[in-house]
Amino acid sequence: MNNNLYSLPSFSLRAIAVWRRNFLVWRKLAIPSVLGNLADPMIYLFGLGYGLGGLLPQVGGVSYIVFLASGTVCSSTMNAASFEALYSAFSRMHVQKTWDAILNAPLALDDVLAGEWLWAAAKATLSGVAILIVITALGFVSSPLALLTIPVIFLIGLTFAALGLIVTALARSFDFFMYYFTLFVTPMILLCGVFYPIEQLPAALQAVAGALPLAHAIHIIRPLLLGTWPADIGLHIGALLVSAFAAYWVALMLTRRRLLA
Amino acid sequence: MAPLEVAGLRKSYAGHEVVAGISFTLARGECYGLLGPNGAGKTTTLRCCLGLTAPDAGTIHLVGEPVPARAREARGSVGVVPQFDNLDPDFTVAENLLVFGRYFGLSDAATAGRIPALLEFAGLTGKENARLTMLSGGMKRRLTLARALVNDPDLLMLDEPTTGLDPQARHLIWERLKQLLQQGKTILLTTHFMDEAERLCNRLAILDEGRIVATGSPRQLIAEHIEPQVVEIYGEAAPVWAKDNARNFVKRIEISGETAFCYVEEQNLAPLLALTAGHPALRILHRPANLEDVFLKLTGRELRD
Repeated sequence: MNNNLYSLPSFSLRAIAVWRRNFLVWRKLAIPSVLGNLADPMIYLFGLGYGLGGLLPQVGGVSYIVFLASGTVCSSTMNAASFEALYSAFSRMHVQKTWDAILNAPLALDDVLAGEWLWAAAKATLSGVAILIVITALGFVSSPLALLTIPVIFLIGLTFAALGLIVTALARSFDFFMYYFTLFVTPMILLCGVFYPIEQLPAALQAVAGALPLAHAIHIIRPLLLGTWPADIGLHIGALLVSAFAAYWVALMLTRRRLLA
Repeated sequence: MAPLEVAGLRKSYAGHEVVAGISFTLARGECYGLLGPNGAGKTTTLRCCLGLTAPDAGTIHLVGEPVPARAREARGSVGVVPQFDNLDPDFTVAENLLVFGRYFGLSDAATAGRIPALLEFAGLTGKENARLTMLSGGMKRRLTLARALVNDPDLLMLDEPTTGLDPQARHLIWERLKQLLQQGKTILLTTHFMDEAERLCNRLAILDEGRIVATGSPRQLIAEHIEPQVVEIYGEAAPVWAKDNARNFVKRIEISGETAFCYVEEQNLAPLLALTAGHPALRILHRPANLEDVFLKLTGRELRD
């Protein structure tokens, strides 16, 4: 039992039981869930990629739809992680009281949150990889380097799942999540290089947008899918790793304060 | 080793002391009740005992383990029925038990082997594959009880286990809890139902404002704290009549609205009843004193919301 609300996260294999609980629920609705997660990004990709892309010369050295495809992998991963860590986790914590039930068993809150975190990241990975498979089948991916994106997609999932868990720890109701999407997720989708190279932005805005986690994700994923080694890959991976673990620690402290005080 | 040992427990929230120095020890195989009005500190006491919140002062030993230091390990030998059902609505009846078993480190095969017996105990045989939405409130409560037994615990902690149930469902739960006591399990129960406490508890503690105000067996508490007979007198004129006329026979009169509760020693019962017989306008109910009378005497009649 973790007495100190601010102590470092503890990790144990007990988190697997929580992960498996979520997996068992997901398995019952797996096919609609995967299709649902694919539909929205695919509509954006085809609509903007072909519709808008037809008006554009090459973007970033490739056709617009190829450029957009790599951004879509990142934004979909972010969205899937965010939804799971916000709505689904909040429902389990606050509405269904699933976490309370688990805490009556020999698991600590650290185990529950770690299980939720890894689950949201895993589900986000599935979303990102599903897009990856579709765009590969469509010929938008040109290099075996693309395989390296899979662990990166998982890391992107960890980052946004952890950020989402912070918001969940603070939320009083589902309405609260609108702020997070309006003030954080949507701006990132529009500013961090999903739809156009981030260099198009004015310098000041570029500096801000470039520091956001989605920009780091895109800086790694896009070159790998286009077959080139990402510049400053260590910096971007490091930024995601630090954000992921720092955000998870903050989320854990806030959740301990909320549930164990 | 006592299943649960609590000494000098204190817990405050925002400057308000919810638990203000509680001590009690459970004996193996007994049912111990924590009785109290809303806000008396029952649920907070349970949360502290399970290590779900850190006490401000005091020591707790749960199944021999110090809490909160080793609460997680201790919970492995404890079953909990929470005040509000938190069964998993995404799962069937059997899946609820299977998944809960995993939290205790039980293999699916081990839990699956126990499921038929657990469901039979809970009166849910044949409901393995039922969805949670198909269960009544009483069935859900029984499933929660079965879930609390999935790890074959030595100690069961039940937080108001029959609140919100109809009489049939309550009696079934009581009967099952008695069976568990016969099997040698120890039970810690919180309730504000006096009949529940009287039926089930070997010993109980009455809590009020975070303190234990009385302890003992239900019979002891009645004998020590209250006159043995109660005559309830109803009617618009009852309070005034009781005060003016019943005084000579009655040790204590409590007025609540248009009812006078007269607490009477054995030798004064017959004279009082004879006196009331002369006033047909008054409606009279005579009964032996019960735990509720003790409870109301010790914790007062005002609402506790």
